[in-house]
Amino acid sequence: MSLAKPAMRGLLAKRLRFHLPIAFGLSLVAAAAFKFAVTEPRKQAYADFYKHYDSTKEFNAMREAGVFESVRPTGK
Amino acid sequence: MLASHALVRGLQSGFWRRVSTSSAAWATHTHNVDVVDYVPFVRNLSAEQKKLKEKEKGSWTQLTKEEKLALYRLTHELSYAEMRQGSKEWMTVLGGIFIFLGFTGLLVWWQHVYVYGDVPHTLSQESVAQQTQRMIDMRVNPVHGFSNKWDYEKEQWK
Repeated sequence: MSLAKPAMRGLLAKRLRFHLPIAFGLSLVAAAAFKFAVTEPRKQAYADFYKHYDSTKEFNAMREAGVFESVRPTGK
Repeated sequence: MLASHALVRGLQSGFWRRVSTSSAAWATHTHNVDVVDYVPFVRNLSAEQKKLKEKEKGSWTQLTKEEKLALYRLTHELSYAEMRQGSKEWMTVLGGIFIFLGFTGLLVWWQHVYVYGDVPHTLSQESVAQQTQRMIDMRVNPVHGFSNKWDYEKEQWK
């Protein structure tokens, strides 16, 4: 009974040849998923918020509520 | 494993006389198997055992099954299956954990009653309401977060 001689060299190289493309692929997929699930919606949300943002109106509302120390609410 | 021995012995001497230590249970509880120790299990051979050892020096095909088993038992305390078998030690360990967790709970309770003072007044309902109102007025996190959930026209949560 003679068995084939087992592979003695190149074991790490063989493993890397198999696993590295998979690793790179999965990393790219993870990055793409995060980009399209998180960052793009977030950027869109900010864009939408500031598209029709009236800063003067917001400022006056905050002033009336009394959160500022530099300007008091009108009527004092 | 030493800890669970200590726990059982401690509980026995301090509180309960029998804590899962019937002699058979204790024997399986303490697995004194030294795998690295290559000294044969039976060292002082009787005359009969010495005769068997002499027979072992010859051809092994002459040995009966019982003799082979006897030779194995001379050198090994436990068979592989006996060595690998589990024990009920985990119940003792888990029980000990729960006992001490319970005791800790009692200590924490005592501490709550006799050590802790009052919480700050800023945690009262009224104070929290005032803080929340101020956060809404300041427009905290208006895009995604806190103020985003408040409807400024209707003056209520969305």
